[in-house]
Amino acid sequence: MRRITTWLLSTVSALVLLFSYHTSTGQGATTVALGDANGAGAAAPDTASGDGTSSGSSDDSSSSSGSSSSGSSDSSSATPSPSTTKKSSSSAAKTYTGDAIQTRYGPVQVEITVKDGKITKSAVTQVPWSDHRDQEINGYAVPILNDEAVQAQDAGIDMVSGATFTSDGYIQSLQSAIDQANL
Amino acid sequence: MITAEIPVAPAAPAPPVLARRAWVEHVMGTAVSIHVRAVEPTRPDIEAAVRRAFAHLRRADAVFSTWRADSDLLRLQHGEVDDVHGWVADVVELCLEAEERTDGLFSAWRSREGGRPVFDPTGLVKGWAAAGAAEHLAVVPEIAYSLGAGGDVAVGVGPGPSVTAPTWRIGLEDPRTPGRVADVVAVRRGGVATSGAAARGAHVVDPRTGRGVARPGSCTVVGPDLTWADVWATAAWVDPERVARMLPERDPEYSLIVL
Repeated sequence: MRRITTWLLSTVSALVLLFSYHTSTGQGATTVALGDANGAGAAAPDTASGDGTSSGSSDDSSSSSGSSSSGSSDSSSATPSPSTTKKSSSSAAKTYTGDAIQTRYGPVQVEITVKDGKITKSAVTQVPWSDHRDQEINGYAVPILNDEAVQAQDAGIDMVSGATFTSDGYIQSLQSAIDQANL
Repeated sequence: MITAEIPVAPAAPAPPVLARRAWVEHVMGTAVSIHVRAVEPTRPDIEAAVRRAFAHLRRADAVFSTWRADSDLLRLQHGEVDDVHGWVADVVELCLEAEERTDGLFSAWRSREGGRPVFDPTGLVKGWAAAGAAEHLAVVPEIAYSLGAGGDVAVGVGPGPSVTAPTWRIGLEDPRTPGRVADVVAVRRGGVATSGAAARGAHVVDPRTGRGVARPGSCTVVGPDLTWADVWATAAWVDPERVARMLPERDPEYSLIVL
C-alpha cells in the first residue's frame, strides 16, 4: 500500500514537473497572460474549480491536479477587478518597468507603481524624441496614457478605441508591466 | 415516495471558466493586441490562428502601407501597375461601394491639382485589415476574441456551444480632455472604429472640399462589421449630422457616438 502511495506521489510530481516545463517554454516572449475581467484566473486553465462562479470553492486552484500548469500559475492572481484583489497583503509600493515597445516613431516604455495590488501611478520612461513632430505627438499622447492606465484599472476596460494611431505602444508596454506585477 | 425536491440549478453544468491570454505584436506601424478567452487558451490551434491573424496584418501592411516605398499601393500610385496583390482589387471595389453607401462622404480618391486623382484607401484599409485578421480567430472553436489595432477593435466568438459570447468593454478615448476615457461601449460581436483629429492632426480629408477636417472631437461607430464601422466613422467625422440621419435607413445595425 505504501509502495503504491509513493509511486502515485512520484508520478504526480513528475507530471507537475513535466507540465510546468512545457508551459514555461511554450509561452513566447510577446505573450502576456492577463486576468479575466470577470475575475476568473488567467492561468491554470485546466482547473475548473478556480473561479468565483462555481459556488463554494476558494479561488485557489486545486494543487492536486497534475495538469495545473505551474509555469503560469503565478498570474492567476492577475485579476484587475478590485473586488477580487486577494492576498496582496498591504505591502510597500513596488515599481515595475514594462517592455520597451518599438513603434513607428521609436521605442516607448512605461513604468508602473503598484501598492496593495492596484496601480497607483504610471509613468512613461522612454519616449521617441527623434524630431519635432514626434514631440508634438508625444506631448499629447503621453498624458492620455498616463491617466488611462490608472483609469482602466478601475473601469475594467479591455481595449481602447480612439483616433490616436500611435498610442498603442504605450498601452502594450503598460500591459507587460502589469503582467510583471501580477496584478 | 420522495417529497423533498431536488434543486435543479446546482445540477446544471456550470458555465465554463474562461481564462484569458493576450498577444502583442508590432504590425502596421502600431502595436496590435489580440486577447483570447478560452477554457484552455494555450491550445495549439489558438496559437496557430493568432499567428495567422498577425501574418494577415503584416501582409496587408506590405500591400497597402503608405510609408513603405515598395508597398503595392505606393507602386500603384507611382504608376507601376504591372504587378499588385489581388487584395488591391478587393479594396478598390469596397472603396467604390463605400463611396456610394455614404453619398461620397467617404472617398478613397483624392483629387490633386493638375494631376489625376490619387487612390488612397487608408480610411478603409485599417479596419478592413483588422476585420480580416479577426476572421482567422472567428473560425477557432470555443473561443472568444478581441483584436485591437491602433484604435480599431473587432470582437467575436468562434463556433461551438459552450462559449457564450462574453462582453468586451471598449473604452472610447476622450478627444478633448487628454487623460480621460469618455465612454465605454460593451460589445459581444462586431467592430468599434473611431475617427477624429486627435494626436496625428487632420488626416481625414473632406472629399467635398479636399481639405482636412480640423476640429476637436471624434466619431465612433459600433456595428457588426469592423470594415463598415471604420467607413462610417470616417464619413461621420466629415459630416456627423448627415451620417446620423443616414445610418438608421442605410445601415440600421450601426450606431454612431459623437464625442
